[in-house]
Amino acid sequence: MSEAHLVLADGTVFRGEAIGAAGAAVGEAVFTTGMTGYQEVLTDPSYCGQIVTMTAPQIGNTGVNAEDREALRPFLAGFVVHELARRTSSWRAQKTLEAYLAEHGIVGIEGIDTRALTRHIRDVGAQTAALGTEPPDALLAMARSAPPMEGRDLTGEVSTDRVYEWTEGLGRWGTSSARRAAPERHVVCVDLGVKYNILRCLVDAGCRVTVVPARTSADEILALAPDGIFLSNGPGDPEPVQDVIETVRALLGTKPIFGICLGHQLLALALGGRSYKLKFGHRGLNHPVKDLTTGRIEITTQNHGFAIDVASLEGKCRLTHIHLNDDTCMGLAHRDLDAFSVQFHPEAAAGPHDSRYLFERFVASMDRAA
Amino acid sequence: MPRRDDIQKILLIGSGPIVIGQACEFDYSGTQGAKALREEGYEVVLVNSNPATIMTDPQFADRTYIEPLVPRVLERILERERPDAVLPTLGGQTALNLALAMHDQGVLERLGVELIGAKVEAIRKAEERELFREAMKAIGLESFRARTVRTLDEAFEAAEAIGYPVILRPSLTMGGSGGGVANDRAEFERAIRWAFQQSPVHECLVEESALGWKEYELEVIRDAADNFAVICTIENFDPMGVHTGDSITVAPAMTLTDREYQRMRDAARAIITEIGVDTGGSNIQFAVNPDDGRLVVIEMNPRVSRSSALASKATGYPIAKIAAKLAVGYRLDELRNDITGTSSAFEPTIDYVVVKWPRFAFEKFGGSDPRLTTQMKSVGEAMAIGRTFKQAVQKAARSLETGRDGVVSLLDKIDYRELAAQIRRLKETGEGINLHRPIEARERATIEELREAILEVVQTPLADRLWYVADGLRLGLTVEELHEATRIDPWFLAELEEIVAVERDVAGDRDRPLSDAMLARCKELGFSDASLAALRGETAESIRERRGASIVPVYARVDTCAAEFEALTPYLYSTWGRESESKPTGRQKVMILGGGPNRIGQGIEFDYCCVHAAFALKELGYETLMVNCNPETVSTDYDTSDRLYFEPLSFEDVMAIVREERPVGVIVQFGGQTPLKLAVPLARAGVPILGTSADAIDRAEDRERFDEILGKLGLRRPRGGIANGVQDAFAVAERIGFPVVVRPSYVLGGRAMEIVHSKEDLAAYMDRALEAVDGAQAQTILVDEFLQDAIEVDVDAVCDGERVVIGGLMQHIEEAGVHSGDSAMVLPAHALPADVVAAIRSSTRALALELGVVGLMNVQFAVRGSAVYVIEVNPRASRTVPFISKSIGVSLAQVAAKVMAGKKLAELGYTREIVPRHFAVKESVFPFHKFAGVDTILGPEMRSTGEVMGLAETLPEAFLKALWASGSDLPAEGPVFVSVRDADKQAACDLAYRLREMGFTILATGGTAAALRRNGVEAERVNKVLEGTPHIVDRLRGGEVAMVINTTEGAKAIADSRSLRRETLLAGIPYFTTVAGAAAAVSAIEAMREGRLSVRSLQEYHCSAS
Repeated sequence: MSEAHLVLADGTVFRGEAIGAAGAAVGEAVFTTGMTGYQEVLTDPSYCGQIVTMTAPQIGNTGVNAEDREALRPFLAGFVVHELARRTSSWRAQKTLEAYLAEHGIVGIEGIDTRALTRHIRDVGAQTAALGTEPPDALLAMARSAPPMEGRDLTGEVSTDRVYEWTEGLGRWGTSSARRAAPERHVVCVDLGVKYNILRCLVDAGCRVTVVPARTSADEILALAPDGIFLSNGPGDPEPVQDVIETVRALLGTKPIFGICLGHQLLALALGGRSYKLKFGHRGLNHPVKDLTTGRIEITTQNHGFAIDVASLEGKCRLTHIHLNDDTCMGLAHRDLDAFSVQFHPEAAAGPHDSRYLFERFVASMDRAA
Repeated sequence: MPRRDDIQKILLIGSGPIVIGQACEFDYSGTQGAKALREEGYEVVLVNSNPATIMTDPQFADRTYIEPLVPRVLERILERERPDAVLPTLGGQTALNLALAMHDQGVLERLGVELIGAKVEAIRKAEERELFREAMKAIGLESFRARTVRTLDEAFEAAEAIGYPVILRPSLTMGGSGGGVANDRAEFERAIRWAFQQSPVHECLVEESALGWKEYELEVIRDAADNFAVICTIENFDPMGVHTGDSITVAPAMTLTDREYQRMRDAARAIITEIGVDTGGSNIQFAVNPDDGRLVVIEMNPRVSRSSALASKATGYPIAKIAAKLAVGYRLDELRNDITGTSSAFEPTIDYVVVKWPRFAFEKFGGSDPRLTTQMKSVGEAMAIGRTFKQAVQKAARSLETGRDGVVSLLDKIDYRELAAQIRRLKETGEGINLHRPIEARERATIEELREAILEVVQTPLADRLWYVADGLRLGLTVEELHEATRIDPWFLAELEEIVAVERDVAGDRDRPLSDAMLARCKELGFSDASLAALRGETAESIRERRGASIVPVYARVDTCAAEFEALTPYLYSTWGRESESKPTGRQKVMILGGGPNRIGQGIEFDYCCVHAAFALKELGYETLMVNCNPETVSTDYDTSDRLYFEPLSFEDVMAIVREERPVGVIVQFGGQTPLKLAVPLARAGVPILGTSADAIDRAEDRERFDEILGKLGLRRPRGGIANGVQDAFAVAERIGFPVVVRPSYVLGGRAMEIVHSKEDLAAYMDRALEAVDGAQAQTILVDEFLQDAIEVDVDAVCDGERVVIGGLMQHIEEAGVHSGDSAMVLPAHALPADVVAAIRSSTRALALELGVVGLMNVQFAVRGSAVYVIEVNPRASRTVPFISKSIGVSLAQVAAKVMAGKKLAELGYTREIVPRHFAVKESVFPFHKFAGVDTILGPEMRSTGEVMGLAETLPEAFLKALWASGSDLPAEGPVFVSVRDADKQAACDLAYRLREMGFTILATGGTAAALRRNGVEAERVNKVLEGTPHIVDRLRGGEVAMVINTTEGAKAIADSRSLRRETLLAGIPYFTTVAGAAAAVSAIEAMREGRLSVRSLQEYHCSAS
């Protein structure tokens, strides 16, 4: 086993052992606090450009299987764990996590004090970092020369390059009553790094789903005759994604729109709102959100480093959801138009299913518009 | 919805005495609940029969009733207090059942009292098996195939239809009482009778067995607005078939993918919603087929539970406190998380692994079946927190107080071939296993033989199975082989394999010094210095020196959030990493060492003392540091002391904290034997021990030094001597004359103490004793004169070095020979001559001053005629401290803690013994109904798990209450069976006469019947069992006996009457094995028949006490 280092741009060095692929990785160092779902984290395109630390200390226990992936391959830059399981135990496991990381060229490190790293990121804020078997000095130089997440449009790296139909539902993992009878609504999903489970949830909600590349124009989208338009999650800073923001602006008022995470931010920006970077973001499966419409609390999955300043949309949008820990904006609905969005992940994967009703809400808005 | 203003006064029901399946966790939840409700401005009335609890301290409620938890008494309290609401969900199954009884009897409705926390329909739906199964079906969840049965015929039909093996789950019992597994018809017949017996509604569920499946628990919470959160997931190390209370459990769940877990979470949410628990916590158990993931619901508890206490300690989320606030109307989002200051409506996430390991006491119950089944048998538990499972499991292993420094090898202690043979014998004939006998191997076993034996042994779940499995790995058995034999998840086995592999490296490399890297790696894997020392053939000191200042543990905080937010509460555990978060303050601090896992002889009483020490020292301005590893307790609530270190109570772990915190003093005298035995090593390491010196403790415990003191003070003790080995013991016994009391030195709870009547008895005892206690200490046996028919007296006192104040002087009800922890006691002493009492008081004073006690001291005396003997002196907190404190209205533990910190009794205003005007009776509670086949006769070895207190103006009434509280229901009429030894015949005649006067009839065996008739008491003669049928046991089985008085003498008579005692227990008939106990019972019956039943709160008693 070879020695590896994780070096933060501020010079903090963690020594550990290399796992996964050889080489070096550069990205923004973040942590996620979910205790389950490392495979979903690995394959979540929203982690593109990030070195992700799992705060749960023993990772890989259930191996990797084909069913639980959120994209065809991992997009994150590097993977940090306290201890990687050498032994896999699950009736669904197809390979070990170690083999999977190596196979997909993911550079990782284990054997570091992930709690100390997490506390550091929490206290200092997210920053760029480098990780790998190269000497710490070299890694530090890489970390310092890496571009900050602010100002980065990463949608091009994760979006599909062709239009395709998505037909897979949640299958045995869905609730039996979920799939609804006709009429089927046609949803065009603008892929900014979409997680498969969003598509599965849409299918289970009774939608025909067409996925289109991020740079598909409003006219092209409307030409597909959708009943509704979905703006997906994705990585990076929303602000530089100007062309998509323009597209969204053009689509406003034509069809019902629903956005999740980056999609939510782009919708807000299209409406003239402002985004800002959070100190270290929200990443985990235990974030309490209050639905201001019903007063109900949802435990949600979150994965974002940027948020929307709700004051910037005053008069245009209603705040529909807030985060109970820090009162940040978790959901918006346009006052007049059929457009709403949430910052968190109702599709979960990984995470609780408390917010699945939002897909129904989207379908209901399409029903109303039809 | 915010706080409900339509209710003002809330009655909180506790869980009563500590029993198997219901321990301190409900003191923890009840105390939290009471605190939370008062914080909200409610008037709190609290009822519990257990005086050793913190919750029954008068300061935690407006009115505190230490009264029996039985319907007729609770009804009186409700009538007297007229609360607006009753909260029954924090007091375990006892409180829930009692609340249901109040509802069913119409009392709640009549008095206009609302049940909060859980509705009656919800409780029934969750607890009654059939309703629960229907509910699960309604929401599309799978349950095991099962049938509820009420008759033997139904039962057999069900078992045959389902197919053996089947699981038995009696309705409305706790801790799986009466439950079990039956592999065939014969086993089923035994098991179903037992199950019916244990169910208060004579009902049992016969269920499809899923032995070997994975078992999980979810601790969940839900509010009235349908907000829901999972607080903790728990995975059982031991697969299905072992009660979760007896399983080693791990948090969080380690071998579930997110999809599988979320499916479980969805199911949990659907269940709690369907059952209708809308303001509180619940525990939901699931089984998962490891081969295809099939998810099956096992059961749900609609209340806080042992697991929720564990979940609270494991995550830092105070479930009971939140549940109490939800019960009065709050919603989750209206409450804050104390630890982070963020919302309470969230799911804790943790970045460490928690292991809970149950503690058993089979050695106390000879002849009991040590196999772990669906009926809980453990008496306590230890919890450990580590960064990995490996770290946590090793810490938990050394927290257990079984003399093992981690997951160490037992290969030189156990001959697995012998153990395998014993298990085979147990299965065939029911003969008990002697797990503790160190084996002198008959001949060296080959590795092959041992592997084979271990593979056989581990198929049967036993208390030490994890150790056996590790030994299997040591001998080269593979994870696959062991998984096949045990069905323990391969992931856990692989973790153990890693430990064993490193151990091999360490031991195999003895000639070379340990490298820094290797040492650090070992520490990360949880090895203690002592275990490394054993592997290396060195001393723990040399390993410690080798580590120096570079390889030392760091302390991380339990923060509910995996470090996402800064933790405001210093709840800490040690691990190995980069930085410590302990951030010690510069304040003056005192460290209090807790009592570790509950076991018989070391229970909640000591936790009570530790908690009070923390309160008292806080009051004096010290920062208090609590060290303990028992997740059930109030001491391990992060609220109790300023800083909580959740750590094993080993020398290494404690020293590491001392180094980190540098306290001005450490209190070792409050947590029972566990911390006390650290006194000398800590003192030697230069740690300041507060209060009584380690030397004084030694003077009291060392036989010869103690004899010197007695000589100097002119006090008497029973004649006796120290024996080294068997021959020596014979010599001492001959000199004194039989019967003699024998015991190993340095034990608590009368461990292995016995009264022996003959040389043969003594020889047999020596044989057993040598195996009962580990190490060289066992070689030293104390042999003492047995003071037959003496009365024992317990005294607790506080001394500041100059002044001694007696806290209480308690007279035992049973004669000498019954362990003081098992004996019923009366405060104040009710029947001792004034000169004897005076002699006891002056002896106590003299002893305290001579020993230089600073703090608490307990003395046990025996009185025969006017002669007073000192039996033993313990310069530490005793089991009776809380009982006395509740009786007299002064917290002795607080006074003592302040004295230990340098205060004088005069400064504290405690200078005079308070002799209460009322009577307080302490009665013990025994776990015999959990251990089929165990003799129930009381002796010098302590076997009770808990205690209750009866308080009243008169002694008979107080005793009556104590009996009721301990689960004994005295009859008002019917036949009483009397069979007594010769010495008791006269006394028995008096009792029988009084019973007849009240209209009872008397049944008696030959000798006793004749004696009764001679004294003019009419009695029907019945056969002893040996005299042939129809005999007394037949009569018992026929339900023809209302009460039993049976005293015996000598090994043979004791053995002969064993089936009688057993049957009496099974039938739930009150029985008395001492004539003194019987006399008290007869007085109690007289009181009961007169219809006197008054209830009164502690606050009222204490007002009028002095």
